[in-house]
Amino acid sequence: MTATAFLAILSHWWRHPLQLATLITGLALAAGLWSAVQAINAEARASYSQAAEQLGTAGAARLVPETGAIPVARYAELRRSGWQLAPVLEGIIRFEGQSFDIMGVDLLQHPQAQGLALAAEADSAPALDALLPPGRIFAHPETAALLDASQTDHPVTSMTGLPRGVAMADLSLASRLLGQSTSLSYLLILPDQRPGLRPLEELAPELTFIPARAASDAARLTDSFHLNLTAFGLLSFAVGLFIVQGTIALSLEQRRGMTRTLRGLGVPMRLLASLFAAELAAIALVSGIAGLAGGYLVAAALLPGVKATLSGLYGVPVDGSLSLRPSWILSGLAMTLGGTALAGGHALFMLWRMPLLAAPATHARGQQARRSHLTGAGLGAVIIIVGCIILHLFHGLIAGFAFLGSLMLGAALLLPLLVSASLSLGARTAKGPYAEWLWADARAQLPGISLALMALMLALAANIGVGTMVSSFRLTFTGWLDQRLFAEVYVTTANDVQGAELSEWLHAQGIHVLPRRHHDTRYKGAPLRVYGFEDDPAYRKNWPLIAALPDVWDQAARGQAVLINEQLARRNGLVPGNTLELSPDWHLSIAGIYSDYGNPNGQAMMSLPALLTREPNIPNRNFGLRAAQSEVHKIIKNIREEFDIPPESILDQATIKARSLAVFDRTFVITATLNLLTLGVAGFALLTSLLTLWNQRLPQIAPVWAMGASRRQLAAGEVLRSLLLAAATAILALPLGLVLAWTLLSVINVEAFGWQIPMYLFPFDWLRLFLLALLAAIIAAVLPARRLIRIAPAELLKVFANER
Amino acid sequence: MVLKIRDVTKRYPGQTAETAVLRGISLDLSAGSSLALTGESGSGKSTLLHLAGALDHFDSGEVEIDGTGLSSLSDSQRAALRRRDVSLVFQQFNLIPSLSVDKNIALHARLGGKWETSWGTRLKARLGLSDLQDHYPEQPSGGQQQRVAIARALAVRPKLLLADEPTGNLDETASAAVMELMLELVRESGTALFLVTHSAAIAQMLDRRLHLRHGTAA
Amino acid sequence: MSVKSALVTMAVFWAGAALPQSYAGLGSSAEGFAIPQQSTRLNFPADHGPHPDFRIEWWYLTANLEGSDGASYGIQWTLFRSALAPGEAGGWQSPQVWMAHAAVTSQDQHFFAERLARGGFGQAGVETAPFDAWVDDWQMRSVDETLEQISLSANDLTFSYALNLTADGPLVLHGRHGYSVKSASGQASHYYSQPHYQVSGTLSLPDGPVEVTGHGWLDREWSSQPLAEDQSGWDWFSLRFDSGEKLMGFLLRSKTGDFTSGTWITAEGKAEPLRPGAFQAEALAVSDVQGRNIPTRWHASLPEKGVSVEIQSLNPQSWMGTSFSYWEGPVSVSGSHSGKGYLEMTGYE
Repeated sequence: MTATAFLAILSHWWRHPLQLATLITGLALAAGLWSAVQAINAEARASYSQAAEQLGTAGAARLVPETGAIPVARYAELRRSGWQLAPVLEGIIRFEGQSFDIMGVDLLQHPQAQGLALAAEADSAPALDALLPPGRIFAHPETAALLDASQTDHPVTSMTGLPRGVAMADLSLASRLLGQSTSLSYLLILPDQRPGLRPLEELAPELTFIPARAASDAARLTDSFHLNLTAFGLLSFAVGLFIVQGTIALSLEQRRGMTRTLRGLGVPMRLLASLFAAELAAIALVSGIAGLAGGYLVAAALLPGVKATLSGLYGVPVDGSLSLRPSWILSGLAMTLGGTALAGGHALFMLWRMPLLAAPATHARGQQARRSHLTGAGLGAVIIIVGCIILHLFHGLIAGFAFLGSLMLGAALLLPLLVSASLSLGARTAKGPYAEWLWADARAQLPGISLALMALMLALAANIGVGTMVSSFRLTFTGWLDQRLFAEVYVTTANDVQGAELSEWLHAQGIHVLPRRHHDTRYKGAPLRVYGFEDDPAYRKNWPLIAALPDVWDQAARGQAVLINEQLARRNGLVPGNTLELSPDWHLSIAGIYSDYGNPNGQAMMSLPALLTREPNIPNRNFGLRAAQSEVHKIIKNIREEFDIPPESILDQATIKARSLAVFDRTFVITATLNLLTLGVAGFALLTSLLTLWNQRLPQIAPVWAMGASRRQLAAGEVLRSLLLAAATAILALPLGLVLAWTLLSVINVEAFGWQIPMYLFPFDWLRLFLLALLAAIIAAVLPARRLIRIAPAELLKVFANER
Repeated sequence: MVLKIRDVTKRYPGQTAETAVLRGISLDLSAGSSLALTGESGSGKSTLLHLAGALDHFDSGEVEIDGTGLSSLSDSQRAALRRRDVSLVFQQFNLIPSLSVDKNIALHARLGGKWETSWGTRLKARLGLSDLQDHYPEQPSGGQQQRVAIARALAVRPKLLLADEPTGNLDETASAAVMELMLELVRESGTALFLVTHSAAIAQMLDRRLHLRHGTAA
Repeated sequence: MSVKSALVTMAVFWAGAALPQSYAGLGSSAEGFAIPQQSTRLNFPADHGPHPDFRIEWWYLTANLEGSDGASYGIQWTLFRSALAPGEAGGWQSPQVWMAHAAVTSQDQHFFAERLARGGFGQAGVETAPFDAWVDDWQMRSVDETLEQISLSANDLTFSYALNLTADGPLVLHGRHGYSVKSASGQASHYYSQPHYQVSGTLSLPDGPVEVTGHGWLDREWSSQPLAEDQSGWDWFSLRFDSGEKLMGFLLRSKTGDFTSGTWITAEGKAEPLRPGAFQAEALAVSDVQGRNIPTRWHASLPEKGVSVEIQSLNPQSWMGTSFSYWEGPVSVSGSHSGKGYLEMTGYE
């Protein structure tokens, strides 16, 4: 009985292959986009953790000093209290005019000690030599080569896992090189701590605890990016489910008669329901597999863009290849099955509740639609209000995204009522009976198509929102580049000796030079780069200040004050007039704040002479040259002839700007692509809704045809109606998109990147998008319209047949 | 003659000349007169009605409405003919649920550019629909819905009114009332009525009767 | 091989027969390290403290305990000092590396832990006035300059203990005035013990705290010389007989013939050094411990004292899976004499 009943149920699809195709495509699209995003996320995360493992301790919890350093005696006390800690001393050393970041660790305690020992043994050196003079330096192969070239006192072991530019050594050597035998930069907190320890805040109140995850700046920053992607993935998935929901409902409704017959023949409802569920599960499985395959391809295509984004915007390396993870496959299939259950559950439940002997319901659908519009709108309004309350009460990325989510969902629920209202409004302008019928019919069609319209609106709003965000960002960024890159030529020398020579030569040539030197330190546990600048009118004229004291440049030039970037200011709540404490004996008042896009870290600027009195050994390898535009190429040519500097290290302003913009644009390629894909899916949702409605449409169309409307006219009406609905949706999507853009710019960006960007409006983009929506509507309506033009009158006449 | 059918044959795909749904049917219907078409299920009644309404194509013979032969008309000419000169009343009423009763009544006449408010008002009054005009078609009873359909058909002042089991969904009392009203209005407006029914009682109410059996006139 | 295990294998245990340093012969100064001299006379309290000019040194305490639950326990607390170069220097430049092992053994459980530290800044070290030896929060501390009354603690993720030890006998010098010969070719160490501790305190185990009492034995030993080239490991016994007499005996295994020696300690605490070969031990049964075959039941004899006993480990799985791994655990003694003790076995890699 089971097999026979199942075959009867399945026979439906032989007669409705298009419906089956729609169902599978919709599910596959949903699963595909979702799993593509998941694959990208998983790959990127795996890359981070791999990188973190290689770098050793980037993500480990740590204790950092509020300012300055940690006395070694303090470390010994904490150890004697039972805390398992590993000490780290950081600083800069110079060998032969070349500087290196040195990272001193206790090889007996450091979590990565084993890797270092293996590397040393591979160099056929006993691991313990590193603890005795002359010590041993561990470095990335590229850095190791530089170290070998610039000094011979300390043997160097190369290790690919270490970051470039860092020289790692046992504390015995590091403290000797840095001349700091009694202080430490920070303490790593090792993973296993015994129970019953006294809390660190009691033992060492002057030290700040940085929890494991937050210690990794990259993780904190990239989290927002992945949250963004996940949100997009979920949106696409939801849009896909909209498609599926309608199709499943239709396939079940069309099989009501069959169900009734089978029940009449003695097949229990329980079995039938199970069979329908099994059928859905099988379809979901097939679609899920297809979706995973598609998602894999999409992810593989998008990954280079993601890679560019993460390395360009956050400086995080991501491996470019994609690997197939079992967890990804399982979660993708589970998501598809769950989504199908969600989408088909209601329809299946309605079928379950259907009485054995009842005439098909033909009661007042219009009334029902109006009621459900009102209920939906009420719910939508409540959801939006809750979202606003969340945003008002809580701060942070999650609150921002919660607000966005509730805004989108609420707006989607409000949509049917609003579209219905705007169609009523439009109907008033109708001239002529056909136009009147068209408006009224569009409204009558709403219940069947409103899910697709919601999907369309969400996709459009996301497009407007993200588009506005990216374009505003780009506009701001371009202006900022113009301000910030005011030198005509930028030169980087191979080392400080060459830097000094170049500087001298340029002076002799009468070319104005602005040295760009920096010192890397930490502020409240996070990296901080302090730039030294030479007082020059160009800074006063061009530097992109956001807030400043009146005499900011004078104060800074005298070495009394610093300027800090927006990220540092926002993260620590600093305003001009506050004090920046770089170490216990190094306090500087903050005179101004400047915008600094594309940089995840804190930055400060101070007078170069003042910086040099504190840090005389900072590298001197970067120079900005002022010159007349016509001279630029000659100067570049002359420098190249005079010095051994590779072309890559001498760049004119235009090239740097072009490259920066290229990086920027590449950064948002993935956003744009996902945007377009989401819109595509929404278009597909519209198409399937219209196709699904096809059979319900004939009874509406046939009488009008019989009254003398030609099939061509009706087909045109079909397209027009789709256009009307899409236009109404698009118009309603605009304000939603703008609120979305505002949230992205003023809430999400500030939380994720640490900078706020002014919002600009781009009406031409809206127009383009509006036309795109109409295009989607036309494409979606063309298929039903073509069918209508070609339909045999006999098909239409069936509507009038008495024995229906 | 408002309707002139000459030796019309109609075959659906798969049918031979012998099993064709209509085989050599001829009939005439003049203005103001009425004809009832009866016959078994599948005898071709509805098909003949649809041919007379320029709704479907035939294979041979000719159908003329008010002197215009349908076989030579294009799709849009046929549509124009339906807009102005032919009206239909169906068993399922086939009202437009998204339009109010008032708009439903006016729809066909306005499509054909023949709407006269005074005639419409009179029709509504005669059919007892004056109070319903702002309602939507799903709200009134079956009898009321069919009266709306009749009002819609007659508002066009058609030359030919085609009705397919117009009272098939109504009970006997309502059915008789609706028929009386329809015949009265048809006579008043000089419209020719071509009606399909399986009810002998209703057939008796019309001027003439034609019985179809297996696609031919009996 | 990690830095830690490299450290330990190179310096801490003498068993590292394959290392180049093992070629250093008697009387030669091993890379500048001091060499044990027969003429040296031990001097307390100074010799309770570290000897940084020697390559290797330890403070090694074991105790056989009985819990208030009636069960037998053993504990170990060891602080090793290993010098990468002779002498001491301040801060991170110190060549002194400290390693501590702690263990608690019951019949069916064995907990152990390890700590590493470098000298020079206070994370680990030994001081003499008063006596204090520590790494992190592990500590062996006396109330004065003697070792008469000490407190002992160790803490780890799953276990910890805090014990008080009181000596009821004198220090025992092994060999001749504490100069203990370790091979036929003359390798030697400075070696003394305090085998007379009464112990009480608390063990904290995953199942809860246990009050314990019992007897403890402290070994102090330092040298710069590794084992002889052909010696592969040792089996070391410290036995406390119910008669009040005690026996320390060790067996250094070699392809060319085992070397044994030891000390007989009378009930009054008087030490009698044993001739090489006077003490004999042979394995009766081996157990599979972490994939190794390790003898966990022994027969030991010292005919001149009428000793012929069977030695049975409390828990055959007393494996110290530390950077340098070895077997160390409590044993019970039966036969001509009965009692308890500790057994240490190295070189069964």
